Amino acid sequence: MNRFRVAVHITPRRGILDPQGKAVTDALHTLGFQAVNDVHVGRHIIVEMNAADRQAAERSTRDMCERLLANPVTEDFEIASVNNL
Amino acid sequence: MRFGIVTFPGSNCDYDAYQAVVEQLGEEAIYLWHKDHDLQGSDVVILPGGFSYGDYLRAGAIARFSPIMREVAAQADRGAPVIGICNGFQIACEAGLLPGALLRNASLKYICELVRLRVENADTLFTNRYERGQLLSVPIAHGDGRYTADEETLARLEGEGRVVFRYVSGPGDADEWWSPNGSMRAIAGIVNEGGNVLGMMPHPERVVDPLLGSPDGLAFFESVLARVAA
Repeated sequence: MNRFRVAVHITPRRGILDPQGKAVTDALHTLGFQAVNDVHVGRHIIVEMNAADRQAAERSTRDMCERLLANPVTEDFEIASVNNL
Repeated sequence: MRFGIVTFPGSNCDYDAYQAVVEQLGEEAIYLWHKDHDLQGSDVVILPGGFSYGDYLRAGAIARFSPIMREVAAQADRGAPVIGICNGFQIACEAGLLPGALLRNASLKYICELVRLRVENADTLFTNRYERGQLLSVPIAHGDGRYTADEETLARLEGEGRVVFRYVSGPGDADEWWSPNGSMRAIAGIVNEGGNVLGMMPHPERVVDPLLGSPDGLAFFESVLARVAA
């Protein structure tokens, strides 16, 4: 068994109203960052786990996302990185 | 008739539900601890409001894995009434007992106020003591109540009469939908396909006596009693 650190990005699904993202966009505009078109606020989750290899760690994390970490109705997720510890 | 009220760590409306059932409805209520594996003969299950597991991850996301939820799902499958109020609605959605999800209020603010609800379907297990179109004063108290589902789900809910309560302001016509939390189509409460699981963000258990500002929630509990006792 090897140890891995898997990072996951979870974001509100495009098209679903994201009031947090909108509020942050407005605040950035107020600060003078007029170039900002859109902001989405989600969650970054880091899972440390044992797995046979990288593929197994990624597969298992994907399963976690589908069953708990992300809401399949309103959120999308992506595995951002899988690092051997 | 026996109401089983589930207490999760962080539930805070379980006592209100108990009082509504015992003091106002005059029926039996028992508390069920979330780690129990037995509904102890409950005819009706209430998933009450509160902040189970501190709303960690997402409201209701952790509570749905509590041991008792397996029994609650089995009870729902058997066609017995299951009521999810506020956090209970969030838990029921997370558990897949009801479609959709409840997201952060569009205003990003926690809202605690009396709102006007319109009864959209008075032919359900939970609303048969109301009239269709009746307007009710019922409080909401939540930060994550924005009902969200895909268009196909919304169309099905509407087509099958499963939108039970809607938020309205002013006169109760369709043009006056108004959603305090940004809910799609101003949806405040829905039922499942079988009509035996209801989820709603407003709190009928808090308005069962004129002393509490409105008696409008009592008929909700009377409706369940009328159907189940019959």
